Amino acid sequence: MKRNPRRTQNIAFFFLLLATLLIVVPVGLVVVIIIQKGLPAINWQFLSDIPRQGMRAGGIFPAIIGTVYLVTGAIIFALPIGLLAAIYLSEYSKDNPLNRIIKLAIVNLAGVPSVVYGLFGLALFVIFFKFGASILSGSLTLGIMILPIVITTSREALESVPQSFREVSLSLGASKWQTIRHIVLPNAIPGILTGTILGLGRAAGETAPILFTVAAFYLPQLPKSIFDQAMALPYHLYVISTQVPNVDEKIRYGTAFVLLALVLFMNLVAIIIRTKFRKKKKW
Amino acid sequence: MRKIKEFIIEKLILICGIASIFFVVLIFLFLLKEGLSVFNTVSPFSFLFGKSWYPISEPPQLGILPLILGSLLVTLGAAIISIPIGVGCAVYIAEVAPGKIKEILKAGIELLAAIPSVVLGFIGMVTLVPIVKNVFHLPTGLTALSGSIMLAFMAMPTIVSIAEDALYSIPKTYKEGALALGATHWQTIWRVMLPAASSGILAAIMLGIGRVIGETMAVMMITGNAAVIPQSILAPVRTLTATIAAEMGEAVVGSEHYFALFAVGIVLFVISFIINVTADLFLHKKQ
Repeated sequence: MKRNPRRTQNIAFFFLLLATLLIVVPVGLVVVIIIQKGLPAINWQFLSDIPRQGMRAGGIFPAIIGTVYLVTGAIIFALPIGLLAAIYLSEYSKDNPLNRIIKLAIVNLAGVPSVVYGLFGLALFVIFFKFGASILSGSLTLGIMILPIVITTSREALESVPQSFREVSLSLGASKWQTIRHIVLPNAIPGILTGTILGLGRAAGETAPILFTVAAFYLPQLPKSIFDQAMALPYHLYVISTQVPNVDEKIRYGTAFVLLALVLFMNLVAIIIRTKFRKKKKW
Repeated sequence: MRKIKEFIIEKLILICGIASIFFVVLIFLFLLKEGLSVFNTVSPFSFLFGKSWYPISEPPQLGILPLILGSLLVTLGAAIISIPIGVGCAVYIAEVAPGKIKEILKAGIELLAAIPSVVLGFIGMVTLVPIVKNVFHLPTGLTALSGSIMLAFMAMPTIVSIAEDALYSIPKTYKEGALALGATHWQTIWRVMLPAASSGILAAIMLGIGRVIGETMAVMMITGNAAVIPQSILAPVRTLTATIAAEMGEAVVGSEHYFALFAVGIVLFVISFIINVTADLFLHKKQ
């Protein structure tokens, strides 16, 4: 029997669609479930109060603040280094073995399991540098972890600035650094911003790197300096869903909702900046 | 004056440029520094192939074979689920989906990649675990299978986006040539485009698997954490990553247990290094 190629195509495309739905539908469901069950738990008290009764009541304010501190610290560390590294790769490096090794290192840095970052942070920052379990140690660990994201996106942004811009600037007598500083960078800012925000989102959601470097099970007061431990949203969600028995489901879903909303909001902002920029681009 | 300033800035840029190499080496060195001490008490062979992991018994038994097998089992399950679905979805997005739907699907995949693993773990605990328990009539739904399903979803965004890029990077002429010869769209995809993109797709699969092996929180929350050699995919297991995350908090700094957990970190680092370097070779293979 001769096979009908049209029918084969229809069957194949049906399976491709099925595969796509198998990914997209569960994702949609996860988001809908968390919104549906988490949103009712959200009120001012939940967002602004400390956890009470062994985390079975009260709010999640210290965890939110801890995550804000950690993410801020991480980006203060990662942005300057990542941006300069991106400038090096896009403007200075030539196609040589060193360049190749740097790119390979970035790929590997992005691939290191998050819990290994946790071990590294513990060994280097907590023990070797004697920072102890602190916001400083956690921020630095997260900062190194998001470095590849910041470098890769910033580099793409810098490389998308047309070569002719640089040539015109150089031909007018500007030095290489002046060209980068006044011509290339301003044109790449939206892309760099996108990368920064994506990095922030990643840092906000990670749990394993902060397990042994900063995260506190429960703290009744807010951290006072960067050498204090802090609670963090993702770790708090882990704690109340596995370590503490009989936590009201509402509190768990509420915490998951706040964390998911925070991360998705940052991603959304990044996507919007990117699309706007693409539309506005004149070249 | 300006010359000096620019000289300093350019040196600073160079230093930051090689910072990535510095950090990769630094991570490896610190893992070695803390982890190698374990081989004063156990030989590398009995560490890797020892069948029992009882780190706090007296004397401690530090064989990580159960953990390696746990990781392998969960990863294998996740690979079987995520590879066909992920590659299928990539082909659908790159070739079949019409313009507007394509953008929506891509946003959906990006959304999945952005969900923190602890949130996926939590959702897995409250939805997937009871389902697995009831469907297979098990005493507990915290099994390797639950972990595999959850991890498949963490591997898919990586597989889809990289495989999709690989399909886009095929020269347009390949596709046009095949269509002009009278092949159907599907024949073109199956016989021309997929073979042409095979090295990129292979890289996508490897990076997806790399993500699965390294994943920690979701797997710790839903695989049941039993550090024994797994008998079936419906039994609780404990992975390499979950062992570190679950036990490092209690390990005394400088104890054999502490060293052993760092040695597990070395194993993970080496696995992810091999996967990433190989995938990178595939990605940069000259067409």
